Amino acid sequence: MDLSTQTAPTEALAQPGASARQRPPVIELENLTVRLGKREVLRNISCSLRGRTIGLLGPNGAGKSTLINTLLGFWPVTAGAAHVFGSDIRTDTKKIRAQIGYMPENDAFISKMSAVSFIRLMAELSGLPPTTALERAHEALFYVGLGEARYRKLGTYSLGMKQLAKLAQAIAHGPKLLILDEPTNGLDPPARQRMIRLVKEMRDSGEMHIVLCSHLLRDVEETCEEVVILKDGQVVHYSNLEEERRSNLRFLELELQDHSDNFRTAIENLGCECAPAPGNRLKVILAENVGVEDVYRIAAEQNVQLRRLNFRRDTLEDIFLKAMENGNGRL
Amino acid sequence: MAVYKRTYRGYSGALMPTWSRFLVLYRFARRTMFRSKFQTAFFVLCFFFPLLCLLGIYANAHLSAFSFLGRQSGPFLKIDGSFFIVYMSVQSSLAFLLTAFLGPGLVSPDLANGALTLYLCRPLSRTEYVLGKMAVLVITLSWITWVPGLVLFFTQASMESGWLGAHTALATGILVGSFLWILVLSLLSLALSAWVKWRIIAGALLLAIFFMGAGFGQAINAVLQTHQGYLLDIARLITIVEQYFFRDGSTQPFSVTEASIALLAFAACCLMLLMRKVRPNEVIE
Repeated sequence: MDLSTQTAPTEALAQPGASARQRPPVIELENLTVRLGKREVLRNISCSLRGRTIGLLGPNGAGKSTLINTLLGFWPVTAGAAHVFGSDIRTDTKKIRAQIGYMPENDAFISKMSAVSFIRLMAELSGLPPTTALERAHEALFYVGLGEARYRKLGTYSLGMKQLAKLAQAIAHGPKLLILDEPTNGLDPPARQRMIRLVKEMRDSGEMHIVLCSHLLRDVEETCEEVVILKDGQVVHYSNLEEERRSNLRFLELELQDHSDNFRTAIENLGCECAPAPGNRLKVILAENVGVEDVYRIAAEQNVQLRRLNFRRDTLEDIFLKAMENGNGRL
Repeated sequence: MAVYKRTYRGYSGALMPTWSRFLVLYRFARRTMFRSKFQTAFFVLCFFFPLLCLLGIYANAHLSAFSFLGRQSGPFLKIDGSFFIVYMSVQSSLAFLLTAFLGPGLVSPDLANGALTLYLCRPLSRTEYVLGKMAVLVITLSWITWVPGLVLFFTQASMESGWLGAHTALATGILVGSFLWILVLSLLSLALSAWVKWRIIAGALLLAIFFMGAGFGQAINAVLQTHQGYLLDIARLITIVEQYFFRDGSTQPFSVTEASIALLAFAACCLMLLMRKVRPNEVIE
């Protein structure tokens, strides 16, 4: 069969070095509403996601999987609009799917097929010529660590191996956007570490954007630049973790042996903002040209003993718990 | 990328045309089918009768070659509608059995462990998926029904001058009869494969629908003193269509139009059942 002149789209991918704000949007949602049966699962969601790795968080039933399924064109859009790499999901479904690799949460394999045949089939369905598909199926399996088991039937794989096989089929055709739905589900700690390492490697390769949907905050925190938290079908929090990590480096929480006004004044004289807190603690926002070493130097000069110095940083867990709080402060 | 490097790299090479993706399903299913020695042997066996017919047609036209056997009279075979009715009956039965072996294993493995989601998250629509799976049966059954049928038809036409002009309707009958039979068998077996997880039970159900449908239809006719029961007899409906083209004089309970409409309605029901199952996800309302 003749090969068409069609080639895999590359223009959608952003420059690896560019910051999230400078990149073109990967996913854009404008008042997106999705109704399944009588239930409105997604309600007026609007956001523009540009990060190389985007975390999708939320409790069960928040609408994470529905959002992914809608982006893949499985569910129809009831109202609003959604774009992936600038293409409308209502009209350009095939174009979008050609650029996506999807690793579903649930089992997805043909038990009597060998891993290499299955992944070759999937790569061919994504448009790769047969020879290339076979070559990339082998490569993908070696990459995820199933090289030695690639001729085994998928039905004989362990849960961890099945997860890796699902990852292999999602990346075999070289997608520009990889959607991972609970990739570490059911994995033991070493297997989880391996999965996270693979995600980080793919992120750092600059070849693709990744959407990671997970209940495990640690997975998202380790790998993602941006986080969207969903609750009851709505976006309750958006956070650019990369920027927060940078800004958090300017916040310090100090605990002193004894209260010292002189120390506080000296710190303020450097241009920093200070606020006393209970228990001989001091909250400091460092000025532009001031580093932690300056704080240590002043403490030495003032003969003040620092008992503890923390970068005051909201963990993703803090952010998530705040997002999940009701108006009355309860979860 | 060399395997030993084990680093990720994207793909920016050539892609196959989008329209051709459904043929990937056909290629993989065909490979699976011929991996079974039994199915391969049965497929080969299906060519035995057409070959016998071909020899008969050849011998019929070259009787002088058999003069050493002491035969002096005219042609021993009359190649007309009756000949092709027998041919179609035998080949349709073999096609039915081949479908019972192949059909049930086509969709159920994709549904059993959720692989369908992976098919449909690619640039492949539900229609293309069904087309790809149908192509397996349509192409395979074509090889044993209308393709050898037309070979026989044109062989006879080439051996007897004036025969072609008088029997053109036979070619139409072979094509229409085969296509209807293939369409009904393919859609029914795919629908059964989608709804019944176990291959053997799906195969048995296929047999049951044909044989029990005919029996049930007879019972309705006997109890209600009507002919409408024949609507449940798929094989009889197809025979009505074939006999119209083969100019068989026997009387039938329905006209060819009624039989065709009944068959198409049956095929539409099977397609509807199939499409209900071919979904990437179930909606829980």
